[in-house]
Amino acid sequence: MSSSELFLQQVINGLTIGSVYALIALGYTMVYGIMQLINFAHGEVFMVGAYLGLSVILAAGLQAPAAGSLAWFLFLIAVAAAGCAVLGLIIERVAYRPLRRAPKLSLLITAIGVSFFLQNAVMIGYGAQDRYLPSLLPAVTWGKGAVTVTPLQLMIFVVAFLLMVLLHRIVYATGFGRAMRASAQDPLAARLMGISVDKVTALTFALGSALAGVGGVLFGSHYSTVNFHDGYLTGLKAFTAAVLGGIGNIPGAMVGGLLLGLIEGLSAGYVSTQWKNVIAFAVLVLVLLFRPRGLLGERVAERA
Amino acid sequence: MTRKLLILLLVFLPFFDPNAYRVDVLATAALYALLALGLNIIVGFAGLLHLGYAAFFAVGAYTYALLNLNLGCPFWVGLPVSAAAAGAAGFLLGLPVMRVRGDYLAIVTLGFGEIVRIVVTNLEEWTGGPNGLLGIGHPVFFSYNFGVDSKPYYGLLLVLAAVVAWACSRLARSRIGLAWVAIREDELAAECSGIDVARFKLLALGLGGGIAGLAGCVFAAKQGTVTPDSFDFILSVMVLAMVILGGLGSVTGVILGAAVLSIAPELLRSFAIYRMLIFGIVMILLIRFRPQGLWGTAQIRKEMKGRHVSA
Repeated sequence: MSSSELFLQQVINGLTIGSVYALIALGYTMVYGIMQLINFAHGEVFMVGAYLGLSVILAAGLQAPAAGSLAWFLFLIAVAAAGCAVLGLIIERVAYRPLRRAPKLSLLITAIGVSFFLQNAVMIGYGAQDRYLPSLLPAVTWGKGAVTVTPLQLMIFVVAFLLMVLLHRIVYATGFGRAMRASAQDPLAARLMGISVDKVTALTFALGSALAGVGGVLFGSHYSTVNFHDGYLTGLKAFTAAVLGGIGNIPGAMVGGLLLGLIEGLSAGYVSTQWKNVIAFAVLVLVLLFRPRGLLGERVAERA
Repeated sequence: MTRKLLILLLVFLPFFDPNAYRVDVLATAALYALLALGLNIIVGFAGLLHLGYAAFFAVGAYTYALLNLNLGCPFWVGLPVSAAAAGAAGFLLGLPVMRVRGDYLAIVTLGFGEIVRIVVTNLEEWTGGPNGLLGIGHPVFFSYNFGVDSKPYYGLLLVLAAVVAWACSRLARSRIGLAWVAIREDELAAECSGIDVARFKLLALGLGGGIAGLAGCVFAAKQGTVTPDSFDFILSVMVLAMVILGGLGSVTGVILGAAVLSIAPELLRSFAIYRMLIFGIVMILLIRFRPQGLWGTAQIRKEMKGRHVSA
């Protein structure tokens, strides 16, 4: 493999995984924008999404790519999105809404409680071992020389891209989107303008969770396995991506996700896979120290 | 007076308990109490939300493990050295992060915690990588070897926790403690009143780190092994949960929080695999109905009602 081929291949791998990070990061950033809350249970929602995909595969007895696989794949994504949206609504209702007036630190504790609950519920239901998640797309590779791309990689990129475009439309071109941005900017003024901030918050949770659910299916298919522990590290990295782009900033989460994926892919290719996570977190720390608002963020959290 | 006697009795009863498992649970609770007291200085007193506290614990544990295995350093020398090393780590972390506040500080410390854990995992030549280090020496007190029995460790941790708790409550009422409260409440106003904010923040991080170092050293000596798994994000989060659930800034509270959160999962053992599931629900309910913590101080209660302590 020549050096330019290695570079291209790592860019492709990085963008694939980066688009999954971006999907999850959007949930962190939207919730942060509206509640100034780091939703630590978000990674578990992503993990539940992957397991919802697995459940459909098991229920339908799907194994390997076959005719109609693509339709099934899209169906998995839809189920994960819908299931996780409902889960997001429930989490907001049970763990966050009753504590709206409490300090943010108490919300951190309920988020941890929710994480424990979801992880263990999944472990009880599906076992603690890795579960095989077959990719429903053909295992061929397209490409030239050593640079290849699989249908799944392409699919991940396309799905993530379309969802981000859709989200962008929702946030910037619908009434709900305007209500959401207004609530993030000034909840009190938004309320005075007749916006139900409670409803907007709940819907924001649902939207972010649906994206995380889709991310779960894509991520699980990419690595072919799912485990109830997966939510933690991936959630942490998606969060890193959100911060990298500027937390609270929606285009920032997309850019941050792709960038983090690229950094990871390139450090896996040029340094070693062992160190890729250290490099990812080191980038996070450096960005925060030298550009705390992130790459695209306009706001600085001055809340001591 | 009777209450004090009762507490003393409860504390000393385990020394006569023949059940090794029960004593071990209590020793672990005492270890957590030590950690929670240390983190309380950082989060409760100075108001710095720290999500990578396990890293200081790791620095303490690995410092003693490496000194003992490579130089044959005895435990009683390792203890202060580990504390100093972890305290220095806290201080060094503090230097660059003085610029960030609130949520951002939480994220930087989280990143720091992860970096320390992964670095320890990857530096195989020194740390044994994922397999960790084995055969770390137990403490020897004159001619008495602590060995693998939990009782002497329970005693040692109790003494350490008591000394640290005493020091913390003295500290809280000193000029330093008042400066921390001022910084926690309003950093800008504190700065304007002539408080050297950076210095007091560094002091909190250094002291908190040092206490985690003590705990880490005892942990390594008790287990005889250290592996990177013992210092993951979950540990940082658990200790933070103990501090918040017990009552931010309250010395009695965080000890209580540590006891409840470390003993509760053991009491739930009869629920087998449902144990941690129930534990999660318990955490949600506890904070739902007692947001100021189990033993929140009047000060904290007031803050919890009015303004936000931290993000």
